[in-house]
Amino acid sequence: MTGQAFLDRLKKRFGDQITGANFEALDPWIEVSPDGLLAVCRYLRDEPDLRFNFLNCVSGVDYFEADPKKAAKTGWEPHLEVVYHLWSVPHKVSLVLKVILPRWKDDAAGQLPEVPSVSGIWSTADWHEREVYDLSGVFFTGHPNLRRILCPEDWVGHPLRKDYEMPLEYHGIRGR
Amino acid sequence: MSTHLDDPRIVEFDVRTDEMLVNMGPQHPSTHGVLRLVLRTDGEIVSEVTPHIGYLHRCAEKIGENLAPRQWIPYTDRMDYLAAMNMNLGWALAVEKLMKLELTEKAKHLRVIIAEMGRIASHLVGMGAYGLDLGTFSPFLYAFREREKILDLFEMACGARLTYSYLTVGGATHDLPPGWLKKCEEFLDQLLPIIDEYHTLLTTNAIFVRRTAAIGVMPAEMAIDYGCTGPVLRGSGVDQDLRRDGEERYTEMYDGYAFEVIVQRDGHYPRDHNYPPVPESAVLGDCWHRFYVRMLEVMQSIDLVRQAIDRYSTTKGTIGEPAKLTEKLPKGEAYLETECPRGQMGFYIVSDGTSIPWRARARSSCFSNLSVTHELCRGCLLADVPAIVGSLDIVMGEIDR
Repeated sequence: MTGQAFLDRLKKRFGDQITGANFEALDPWIEVSPDGLLAVCRYLRDEPDLRFNFLNCVSGVDYFEADPKKAAKTGWEPHLEVVYHLWSVPHKVSLVLKVILPRWKDDAAGQLPEVPSVSGIWSTADWHEREVYDLSGVFFTGHPNLRRILCPEDWVGHPLRKDYEMPLEYHGIRGR
Repeated sequence: MSTHLDDPRIVEFDVRTDEMLVNMGPQHPSTHGVLRLVLRTDGEIVSEVTPHIGYLHRCAEKIGENLAPRQWIPYTDRMDYLAAMNMNLGWALAVEKLMKLELTEKAKHLRVIIAEMGRIASHLVGMGAYGLDLGTFSPFLYAFREREKILDLFEMACGARLTYSYLTVGGATHDLPPGWLKKCEEFLDQLLPIIDEYHTLLTTNAIFVRRTAAIGVMPAEMAIDYGCTGPVLRGSGVDQDLRRDGEERYTEMYDGYAFEVIVQRDGHYPRDHNYPPVPESAVLGDCWHRFYVRMLEVMQSIDLVRQAIDRYSTTKGTIGEPAKLTEKLPKGEAYLETECPRGQMGFYIVSDGTSIPWRARARSSCFSNLSVTHELCRGCLLADVPAIVGSLDIVMGEIDR
């Protein structure tokens, strides 16, 4: 199946939930709206000729430039991306899904943006989403156990945010 | 200890035991580093396992956002420090994919030699440490004796014994020194008969079989669902090896090499060597099979290194030049997974057009492999927990990054 035919098929079924695609990229990706994510993922996993039953990786990428001079040149508005790398074990093909989120929910700093958890579809997402929550600051709604996984539980902030500032001190340990 | 009680409730009814929380780790000899397991036990039976990780967390990904790709290579060494060469290779390939960099033939064969030697070294430790988990000390010493020789070879090639930073973006930092190939071949000739000794010591050892066969059985669907890869996935009978199924940029390194993916098909493992038979008590997907796949992969890697040495020594040309540190990365993103000894290690690089990546992400194989522990350990005996965790062959440096 070519990229365009595949995209048309998804668009026919999910309509506006498929918000974009890029087939020129090294790893062609499809952009899904947060509301449609669960339905799209379940479809991709269960359809017999797709069977994307293996979730390789969930990553959070923060697009934010603090320097206003540089920010003018970037060509994008500040946002967060959650990237899902999928793989089909029976068909040996890969696929990339992206969900674009605001950096903060309702533009209120400190309010984490929300995206539905896919841990009910692929169990491996459980830990991966905890990691993205911990480091990139994305709230996965419906996750069974959304706690920090790599940082200590009382850690403040999300280190992979571009505007994160290293704490000066943590329990008496000097940070900088 | 391989006897599971048919129904734990019967014991409860008889003895009336209390539930107890047992804290295993973070400093515990059989957790392979600083892993903490909180076990909820009922007498001898474990009802729930909660792994706590993060004790080695250094936020290597944040560091990667501030360094040129070649400068991040030493940090990848420190992820899976038992297979540092394979880690270097994974990151280098991901960056090369983004830069659309083509390698010389010679560099590809060099990479196969080095990566497969790294796999042998890593599986030797995996085997020895697994014996240690189950209470036998001598295989550990034997395994380290052989691994030491591989480290000597690596030291000869690049000067380091653990964190090599040898394979890098654009090939390798430099070519192999004269006489290296001969030494490597001598080592392989010597290793082959020793593998049979290991099989006698562990694989077919009656105590070892009773401790591992039919323990921690993982069905293929569960392995796929939890994103398990490498020997853990193949031990469950899933036929997937990225050296054959992966991306072209990675599989072209192995083009024309004769090797068969080590997995049980129709009840049989590949018969290219004289392997000991599968014991009757073993069930596909148990600890024994995961261990067996690793042992068979050592043989496979020996074959691959021999083939690679032949090709490398007959290929003309050079291994090329490593990429410059200041070289600008093209705008875009690339994700690539390689088959590391412990599973599929993925690297994801996002670039905004400068020489420093916007985002560097490492998908750890052990991270996913470990996340299945709570399923495998549910209802097992307390003494089987080290057997199950050991069979996943984890390295905490890679999980915590």
